[in-house]
Amino acid sequence: MGLLTRSSPHTKQNQSTSSIMRWVILLCIPGLIAQTYFFGWGNLHNVLLCSITAVLSEAAILALRKRRIGFYLSDYSALLTGVLLGIALPPLAPWWISVIAASFSIIFVKQLYGGLGYNPFNPAMAGYALVLISFPLAMTSNWASPTTLQENFPSVQQTLASIWEIENAPDGYSGATPLDVYKHEVKASTYEAITSQDIFGSGIVLGWEWVNVAFLLGGLGLLALRIIPWQTPAGVLLGLALPAILFSSNPDQAVPLSIHLLAGATMFGAFFIATDPVSSSTTPRGRFIFGLGVGLFTYIIRTWGSYPDAIAFAVLLMNFAAPLIDVYTQPRTFGHNKAKRGPKAKV
Amino acid sequence: MSNLTEIKTLSKNGLWSNNPAIVQLLGLCPLLAVTGTVVNAIGLGLATMLVLLMSNIAVSLIRNYVNDSIRLPAFVMIIASLVTCAELLMQAFTYELYQILGIFIPLIVTNCAILGRADAYASKNNPLFAAVDGFMMGLGFLIVLVLLGAAREVIGQGTLFSNMHLIFGDMAHAWEITLVDDYSNFLFAILPPGAFVGMGLIIALKNWIDTEVERRKVSNTEQIKGSKRVRVTGNIS
Repeated sequence: MGLLTRSSPHTKQNQSTSSIMRWVILLCIPGLIAQTYFFGWGNLHNVLLCSITAVLSEAAILALRKRRIGFYLSDYSALLTGVLLGIALPPLAPWWISVIAASFSIIFVKQLYGGLGYNPFNPAMAGYALVLISFPLAMTSNWASPTTLQENFPSVQQTLASIWEIENAPDGYSGATPLDVYKHEVKASTYEAITSQDIFGSGIVLGWEWVNVAFLLGGLGLLALRIIPWQTPAGVLLGLALPAILFSSNPDQAVPLSIHLLAGATMFGAFFIATDPVSSSTTPRGRFIFGLGVGLFTYIIRTWGSYPDAIAFAVLLMNFAAPLIDVYTQPRTFGHNKAKRGPKAKV
Repeated sequence: MSNLTEIKTLSKNGLWSNNPAIVQLLGLCPLLAVTGTVVNAIGLGLATMLVLLMSNIAVSLIRNYVNDSIRLPAFVMIIASLVTCAELLMQAFTYELYQILGIFIPLIVTNCAILGRADAYASKNNPLFAAVDGFMMGLGFLIVLVLLGAAREVIGQGTLFSNMHLIFGDMAHAWEITLVDDYSNFLFAILPPGAFVGMGLIIALKNWIDTEVERRKVSNTEQIKGSKRVRVTGNIS
């Protein structure tokens, strides 16, 4: 009689890697719909192009490494990287930016380190940072203006012509992001004067706030499905909100809290980027610290750095720190009185 | 004849199997910092090669007169004087390049490849071998510098051999090749991170070639087909 064939633990894992990745991709859809509604077809096109590039790069490298292509592709991680990149890149970025970012993410940041599970950095954000540093002009001048400000909703042909550099986009088609505008004008202007501009709309920032709300909804879905831990997004939002409340209470002098939270990539970063299970911290307390760091660095770079948004850099900086955070935040093991933490703990 | 084999070994070591840049990984600081273009790479590579050659000869000449316990300070003094000479020469003949390379010319003193060769080889061998060793190591370093510089220049700016007149005079104005017109600069390749990635790829290529060569050798020698099992127990029927 062989009743026990396996040793403990006997818990059942009901989430496979591929199902997690699929859910994350699915819950990006509300945000993508909002992006498409407010900023036109650019993001959808980029998601498609980045995904194709990412999957092809992954297949090519797997073939070079003589691994099972179908097996590794079906974990959907390359597809997810492509989708996240497509969402993050400026909607009207030229096609070669998407191709360079996606192929660099997969080939250099992920596969050269050994593939899924071995990459110390978030592939999508490293690819994003690469193109942001390499092509500053193309990455700042290709954000789409909100479609509601334009005479009619930009057509697919117009978007494609602009991305594939067939013809120049019409005036008013692209513009700076609200974070960029606020950051540069706040020194010489007041809150009322800045927010009376069209791109800030009647509320906080035109379009961006609904994009962020949509990503927040998707993120809450991920939380409800227990795909992401609550500690990371809570940390990110707290890490960004606390300094914003403390130091930016006067909206005439610094970007106010509402714009910090609802403009740029805040919600997308907090729920979809910082929660990457591979490159983030692995302990519950560590994830909170990781999130806090991401939020804090985002605030610091947005306020004093030269880039208007900073989720990518903040995530990459904290990826550096994640292994160290793990060393100092090991939870107590069941059956032991004290947690084994710090550099001298025996693993 | 043994002289010739020694020189052959030295050349092979310096250029390939013990290359200072891609095998010993010495002198990475200037290697990564100034290889943005071919002309910078050649400038620094030539200066390093000159210093390496001269310092190896000088160290080899004094090897029997310097006490072992003070040999390192003595070597550093020699290298520093030679670097100063190289710096003054560059200041005199290639002033613009001297300004571009800036601090990295004096920093040749701290290039571990030079002190490493002085201590590991030149202080134990005669001047002829030391000179060959210094020259070959310097050449190996120069080749890697130029390779990396060319790759970074092509990817970063879309040109090759730009500004070569800084070293080779006015006739080199025409050498510049523009590979892609209207290229939007790929800043990553010009910035230091690009140098690290490029360097990693060159090292990977070298290792790949080595394993390929090894693999071919093995498959060539394994010609004997059939079982080589030897029966050690029981009766052979």
